[in-house]
Amino acid sequence: MKLQTETRDNTLVVTAMMDRLDAAIAIQFKDEMGLACNGGPARVVLDLSNVDFLDSSGLGAVVAVMKLLTPDQQLELAGMTPNVEKVFRLTRMDSIMTIHKDLIAAFDDIAQAS
Amino acid sequence: MPQLLNLKNNSFRITFPGQPIAVRSALARMMEQLNGLDLSSHDRGVIELVLAEAMNNIVEHAYFGNPDGMVELQITPTDSGLICHLRDDGKPMPEGKAPKGDRALLDCEMEDLPEGGFGWFLIRDLAYELNYTRVSGKNLLSFRIAVGQQETREK
Repeated sequence: MKLQTETRDNTLVVTAMMDRLDAAIAIQFKDEMGLACNGGPARVVLDLSNVDFLDSSGLGAVVAVMKLLTPDQQLELAGMTPNVEKVFRLTRMDSIMTIHKDLIAAFDDIAQAS
Repeated sequence: MPQLLNLKNNSFRITFPGQPIAVRSALARMMEQLNGLDLSSHDRGVIELVLAEAMNNIVEHAYFGNPDGMVELQITPTDSGLICHLRDDGKPMPEGKAPKGDRALLDCEMEDLPEGGFGWFLIRDLAYELNYTRVSGKNLLSFRIAVGQQETREK
């Protein structure tokens, strides 16, 4: 599994390095995201810009990650490619998540909000 | 490695074991084959998603506990899109019907958010003329994926 993590400005940035987040990898993704976020900052941004295919199992894994974070942690998404964005939009999952255009926007949005 | 056959009637057929990693490689072979059709990236995205959902359902449900079962996917390009046929020897669908695939309800607490059940919603939302039958112990699922449309209509 390929997840790269970096902490900056009290935010854990997790970059998914795989090009597919699908049924073949969903459970492993959830488990490794859980490990990556465990004990980390309150804000977690998952960068999906390398992922060009996500299926319903991948979507379910992202939801599962949201749910396994501690109550003071929040998952945000950044860098969705068109096919990934489509799955979030069709299922309306985009309406319940904080989504940024890319990582730059993920940090700009916070700067503007504060 | 599953072989992709180019049939005489202009169809493509691939047969592969009902395992997640085999779904992935069969899908890759099929998408590669469809390169020749000059589809838009939107259409390719829809095709790959619907096929993945339908094939994953077979692996996760029809062939639950039976990783040796085989899945056959046949695609026939037509003027109105891709006609897709999936066959497997696994368990029948619940009550002999393809699931309705209602949109998951998200108006709930975080802990109650659904982690599954999106697959049939996506198939029903994106595919046309879906038909499921059980014949001689086989599941036969067919549907059409429209191509050449700018964006799929909202149902």
